[in-house]
Amino acid sequence: MPPSDTPSAETPQGGSGQPQIVFDQVVKRFGDLTVLDHLDFSVEPGERVTLIGPSGSGKTTILRLLMTLEKVTEGHIHVAGEPFSHMRRGGHLVPASESYLRRRRRSIGMVFQQFNLFPNMTVRKNVIEAPVHVLGLSKDEANQRAEELLDLVGLGDKIDAHPTQLSGGQQQRVAIARALAMRPDILLLDEVTSALDPELVAGVLDVLRQVAETTDITMLCVTHEMGFARDVSHRVLMFDKGQIAEEGPPEQIFEDPREDRTKSFLRSVLDNGF
Amino acid sequence: MQFLIERLPLYLDGAWVTIQLTLGGSALAFVLAMAFGILGTINHWLPRAVATVYVEVFRGVAALVLMFWMAFALPLITGFQLEDRFAAILAVGLNVGAYGAEVVRAAINAVPKAQVEATVALNLSWFQRLRLVVLPQAWAQMLPTFGNLIIELMKATAVAYLIGVVDLTAVAQQMRQATGETIVAFFGALLFYFLIAQVLIFGMRLLERRANRKLGRTPPGGTGLKALLKHPAVSGSGGAGI
Repeated sequence: MPPSDTPSAETPQGGSGQPQIVFDQVVKRFGDLTVLDHLDFSVEPGERVTLIGPSGSGKTTILRLLMTLEKVTEGHIHVAGEPFSHMRRGGHLVPASESYLRRRRRSIGMVFQQFNLFPNMTVRKNVIEAPVHVLGLSKDEANQRAEELLDLVGLGDKIDAHPTQLSGGQQQRVAIARALAMRPDILLLDEVTSALDPELVAGVLDVLRQVAETTDITMLCVTHEMGFARDVSHRVLMFDKGQIAEEGPPEQIFEDPREDRTKSFLRSVLDNGF
Repeated sequence: MQFLIERLPLYLDGAWVTIQLTLGGSALAFVLAMAFGILGTINHWLPRAVATVYVEVFRGVAALVLMFWMAFALPLITGFQLEDRFAAILAVGLNVGAYGAEVVRAAINAVPKAQVEATVALNLSWFQRLRLVVLPQAWAQMLPTFGNLIIELMKATAVAYLIGVVDLTAVAQQMRQATGETIVAFFGALLFYFLIAQVLIFGMRLLERRANRKLGRTPPGGTGLKALLKHPAVSGSGGAGI
């Protein structure tokens, strides 16, 4: 796994194996609206990539395609060297079946803007149910894992609480623990602090910083938290109109953007007090 | 009053039969409602078509005619006579189950899409999603309407006396014919139907409270026995009616 000083590269590097995620000419349309327009990019194992750009530029759609919540209109997605949006059948790539997707999306976890904890379960159940039922962990193993992760996110004492008894920031930290309990190789973070009151944002970002520092999980992060993006990511992709307008290491993107679209976007974000 | 007290055992026998019909019919209706309601939410034409056919056929027929058919027509076709209580249970169960299936379908579809997306992100199977997340959340939504349906079902069993079941209504009829005391005889039946309904409503309210507590909601009107006896505003909402 590349440590954080690995040069961020757009294309896979010889010798270090294959990229973990490859988007190959991906098009996504909703009716007449083209959200992603022949998009090509790849992500290395262990790389942390932040997606920025104006709303409607397709950032969230990229995460939703990877979580199989949407299907590509054209093009292909590969994960870990194998087709992901499609599957091989008789030498051809055909759209993936539900059972194929179920096998492949096992390596991917997602944290949502609105947390999406299950209100019919306690915090503990939220975290252990999928490891027990999907990964086949024993109750004891799953409980132990849940306790460790809830300690990690600073909510060990809330394990038997109900999601409705927690603040938004606490709920989001539980959601992070729930995603990590599945031991994903890839973690997708979809504007995870956008729904939080300003004073609760820092706690969630601290947890994510810690995850970034202590694990080699590949992270794709859609965020408006530019400070966080700068601290944590190896590479920043600036999206506009369904394509990558500019990409580079965070220092370059934030301090020396080359594209006018990036400059005006960053100006507007900073003006809005993010 | 004297009249009713003397004949109490007869009324109790009739009430017991009415309770049997109600519980049997409800159990059948519940199973059918769940099965066809869930089929109706599957994103494939075949299960959806099966659910639609069941709902439209059995919602569209009168429970009374269905009961007659079970009791009188079915034996002519199959050569097999259903026990008349069983025929009555089948008729009300099939009929109310069709309404219930629509309630289940609507409640499942009302579970927020974001909840289902979270189950996909955790890679739960279709059945696991349903069992662990969707049904427990939809359940609280179904209960108020189920409460109305079970009362409707109980009242619908009253026509079973027409196929020879000696239920509460039949007892009242017999009493009227035997004594000529029309007013008191039927008043007794009304009283017992009312009492059974109150017990059912109380039971459904307990279930509703439990369901809401499990979702971390405070039951309407607060907690405690007093709140339980008070009529909650939610009980009247969303009734399908029969």
